[in-house]
Amino acid sequence: MSTSALLLTMAACGLVTFLIRLSFIAGGQRLPASPAFSLFLRYVPPAILGALIAPEIFPGGPLLAEIPGNPRWWATLVALAVAAATRSVLATIAAGMLALWGAQAWLT
Amino acid sequence: MASSSSSSCRAEFLGGVRAELPLLLGVVPFGLIFGVLGLAAGLPGWAVVLSSSLIFGGSSQIVFAQLFGAAAPGAVIVATVGVVNLRHALYSAAVAGYLKALPWRWKLTLAYLLTDEAFAAAIGRLRDGPATAQRHWFLFGTGFTLWAGWQLSTLAGVLLGSAIPAGWSLDFSVALTFIALLVLGVHRRSDAWAALAAAATALLALGLPHKLGLLLAAAVGVACGVLLRRFDQGAA
Repeated sequence: MSTSALLLTMAACGLVTFLIRLSFIAGGQRLPASPAFSLFLRYVPPAILGALIAPEIFPGGPLLAEIPGNPRWWATLVALAVAAATRSVLATIAAGMLALWGAQAWLT
Repeated sequence: MASSSSSSCRAEFLGGVRAELPLLLGVVPFGLIFGVLGLAAGLPGWAVVLSSSLIFGGSSQIVFAQLFGAAAPGAVIVATVGVVNLRHALYSAAVAGYLKALPWRWKLTLAYLLTDEAFAAAIGRLRDGPATAQRHWFLFGTGFTLWAGWQLSTLAGVLLGSAIPAGWSLDFSVALTFIALLVLGVHRRSDAWAALAAAATALLALGLPHKLGLLLAAAVGVACGVLLRRFDQGAA
């Protein structure tokens, strides 16, 4: 991506984000448009996060045979456990990176 | 009269600053990490710093950096960032009633500053505090404090990140950030099913061009969550 395309894409992302935040403030309305809308919104964060995480762990796609030799998979299990136990973003990142380095050293 | 109203503006603003400061404990490390991993994802340093004022939304900036590093087309990046930030419409709806009488320059400023943490720290004051004509200064206080903390910590992260050697697999910290945010956000079984369905779809759709699998996976995940909601414990 060229520098100008990068700038343009970033500006468009900023504009879209700003317009979402402005939406109801500009309209002066107080309540969300409909219960269906807030129901839909509830599942956006877990869905988008799941979709973003999976290809980071399995860049080659869903090949079951490769799971035991994939250090990122083992680091993910550690990170999930630490996130559930500590509810801390920092602790999850620290434990996940340590687990990744450990698994990489072990498996290679 | 004018001096008493300007002193209560100041008091509301400082009240907002004080309410936001504890939240910076979580936001500043996140800004540092974003600065570091924005570089690791392949963004130039100036773009990492600029994204903090242009986009101004932590998770969506990480998504931006990640998709840029994966050479996704601009339209897909913009659509994904929009989906990630869609929840801010709920905040907008929640504060709109309190800001209705304000001039446009205030509405535009406060909309720009309306992030997760600024909203979380201000909504209690707006909803339960006295309904004065200066109460929007409280939201301005939380929003401005978060904005300043985010800009400075991103900048510090970029300076730090350029000193970290490559080969540390630091890009994986993006996925780890998402894993932590996911676990913190899952309160019902249907939330977890939405994430699992989206993850499986994303892997099966890796072959789709232009990273379109990401948006398809998000749609499948949301649909699964909505459909499986009735099986949650205690669901109506």
